[in-house]
Amino acid sequence: MPKVVITGTAARRFTGGQTEVEVEANTVRRMITELDRRFPGLGHQIDEGMAVAINGEIFQDAYQTPLEPDSEVVLIPKIGGG
Amino acid sequence: MAYDGESLKVVGTRPIRPDGVDKVIGRANFGADMTMPGMLWGKLKRSPHAHARIKSINTSKAEKLPGVRAVVSAADFPEIASEEAFVGEGPMNFRDLSYNCMARGKVLYDGHAVAAVAATSPAIAEEAVELIEVEYEVLPYVIDVEDAMKPNAPILHSDLFTQGVDPKPTAPSNVAKRVTFTKGDFATGWKEAEITIERRYTSKAVHQGYIEPHACVVAVGNDGQCTIWSSSQGQFMVRAYCAKLLNIDIANIRAMPAEIGGGFGGKTLVYLEPVALALSKKSGRPVKIVMSREEVFRGTGPAAGGVYEVKLGAKKDGRLVAAELVVKLQAGAFPGSPVGPACMCGLAMYDIPHVSIVGYDVVSNRPKVAAYRAPGAPNSTFGTESCMDELARRLEIDPLRLREINAAKDGTKAAHGPTWANIGYLQTIEAAKNHPHLKVKLGKNQGRGVASGFWFNIGGESSAACHVNEDGSVTIVEGNPDIGGSRASMAMMAAEALGIPYDKVRPVVGDTASVGFSFLTGGSRVTFATGMAVTQAAEKVVVELKKRAAAIWDISPEAVEWKDGKAYPAGPNAGSFEPLSLQEIALKAGRTGGPISAEVSINAQGAGAGWATHVCDVEIDRETGYVKILRYTAVQDVGRAIHPSYVEGQIQGGVTQGIGWALNEEYIYDKEGRLENPGYLDYRMPVASDLPMIDAVLVEIPNPRHPFGAKGVGEVPIVPPMAAVANAIADAIGIRMRNLPMSPPRLREALDEQEPPRLAAE
Repeated sequence: MPKVVITGTAARRFTGGQTEVEVEANTVRRMITELDRRFPGLGHQIDEGMAVAINGEIFQDAYQTPLEPDSEVVLIPKIGGG
Repeated sequence: MAYDGESLKVVGTRPIRPDGVDKVIGRANFGADMTMPGMLWGKLKRSPHAHARIKSINTSKAEKLPGVRAVVSAADFPEIASEEAFVGEGPMNFRDLSYNCMARGKVLYDGHAVAAVAATSPAIAEEAVELIEVEYEVLPYVIDVEDAMKPNAPILHSDLFTQGVDPKPTAPSNVAKRVTFTKGDFATGWKEAEITIERRYTSKAVHQGYIEPHACVVAVGNDGQCTIWSSSQGQFMVRAYCAKLLNIDIANIRAMPAEIGGGFGGKTLVYLEPVALALSKKSGRPVKIVMSREEVFRGTGPAAGGVYEVKLGAKKDGRLVAAELVVKLQAGAFPGSPVGPACMCGLAMYDIPHVSIVGYDVVSNRPKVAAYRAPGAPNSTFGTESCMDELARRLEIDPLRLREINAAKDGTKAAHGPTWANIGYLQTIEAAKNHPHLKVKLGKNQGRGVASGFWFNIGGESSAACHVNEDGSVTIVEGNPDIGGSRASMAMMAAEALGIPYDKVRPVVGDTASVGFSFLTGGSRVTFATGMAVTQAAEKVVVELKKRAAAIWDISPEAVEWKDGKAYPAGPNAGSFEPLSLQEIALKAGRTGGPISAEVSINAQGAGAGWATHVCDVEIDRETGYVKILRYTAVQDVGRAIHPSYVEGQIQGGVTQGIGWALNEEYIYDKEGRLENPGYLDYRMPVASDLPMIDAVLVEIPNPRHPFGAKGVGEVPIVPPMAAVANAIADAIGIRMRNLPMSPPRLREALDEQEPPRLAAE
């Protein structure tokens, strides 16, 4: 199952401090839904303010992005720029 | 499809930019150039106080002045609920944005808008502004970031409670948010260290330095249809914010992008457009507002200043084992500094097993900060890269070698979590080591500094259309204002995909009714993301062109191939036909199915991060404290350069701004919390004569996510310069400057401490 890594406080406050979670999901959308089911509010937090790094590559607002069973997904704050 | 680098004919060349002539001869239309029949002139009344309660606003005298057609204040704007959104360059609360455009209840900084007028001439508007009477109750204020964090500091927002701390606070605070990132166990790593170093660095708020002040013309029709012409980094951003702040349906706003005279992140918010909308609605006339330079400084967002506390622990061989970074960043009057990116970027270049990073987003009585190239990254990196240099000197290891020993590589886990893939940081160090710059011998009072930097780059939503015209020329319509030569790169990618000459493609930046939604120009995303949309649109057109050739030849489209801008029969079985050029196919488009065009909208992902290593030589005038930049080399992983000259230009521009940030630029406040230097005479930016030619070295590691391998290039060049300059100064005279700017008075002061002046000694 894909492993979700939570290094920052923005998401960790929803998981009670848990920093790694395995989720049954084959897309980013399913991962968000599953995380929200287990940690209410985390889905909204990801939707509104977070990006995901999948195996080191950053995706923002990308529900359909596929996840593999060995994917490492890191939740990080959404990135803007200047 | 991916294009083979060897076969490229247009990408990688250096043609003249399509907008160049207009800009050089003054024909380009910027925000202030637009005029309309019956147009009024708007002007804002601004707070003279850093922090005050608004007791009353009396506009009666202003309204009676002949020529005044409308006066507005916060009462003319809808009360917006607190709602976080990510429309611009970072998380933004719509209520805060509304209050930032027009103060409600309190003013929070010197220059905060409290009312506005529209009149038949600029002079009448100015006179009317003076007639508006605002009664204030002046409140204690706080400017400095650490002062604002103190328990007894004047509180800006009674409903602001620190997020990210446990237990949830019961008292309001100026600390809007605390963020942390953890890898390994810092305490364990710190114990394993054989050499430790702890330092504190600071930087001041700085202006993005765009030359063109904010400007707009807004017309609200009797039917409620609104048209906005303005200088911004995103017409769709302007439309979205205005719709929200004025409670207007998005479909009723058409936002037209003017040419933009610089933005660098500073034009990713709205300031004037909602005010002009309110004035136009009230007066029934088009309204134009153009900021003065002073208003730009006092009333719009600079880049954050802050404090950066760095601890590095290493083995004697130079291997880092532990690092701690604390970032305290100014948000200005409302929450939302780039503290997250500052925390994530500062140590991203290194493979460190144990890391602790803490960041604070702190409000104070300053204008709300705005983005500036790689927001947050230059701040924290000034601290970490200065500290790396101090560590290198302690260890007596060459600073580039120290970076090489600890460099992040593919497979390295970053402190903020991701495992790096396809990164080019080591290659930038290697290129710097091999550059002739390092062989140049230095003289007395001269020194050399190096520093590296990282920036994420982003993709995002982009739309583009490709239209084949009747004569075979091609029009590209994109949704992103061109702030760095992107028209040229769009035209080049389209020409490459179509197989036609660059000068046959004309790129146009469309308004919000002429092209699909496009996220704003920022995050170094346009050549990457919008370039993908343009390329895909051109590729769809090629598919259509093949169909049309097939229709002309009366064969199957599968039997047609497209090469060098012409249709050919795919093989002998397809038949024997003379090749058909794009022009010939375009001429017969009416007979083969109608106009040939395609529009593509995408959400581009996998932007590929930017990595840079810079080398700077300086010479110090010990009498005046003046720092002369002798030579500067900036090496950067750029993916593939679509237009190498404009990539080099982005690098040179970023370095120049970084050098200004390093040496002279700062917002200076007086004892009443008023900005003392709101103009380019007193706010010293580098000019051409201050600098040598900056040598931009392009390391091309193609980004596999982009059809031509492009990565964003516009932001990472501003990340290393502050530390590179500080490290060079330390090398030249043995003085470590830990507080920016390293201006002549400060350097003189430091020199006096090192070597007391003779008179003082006597």
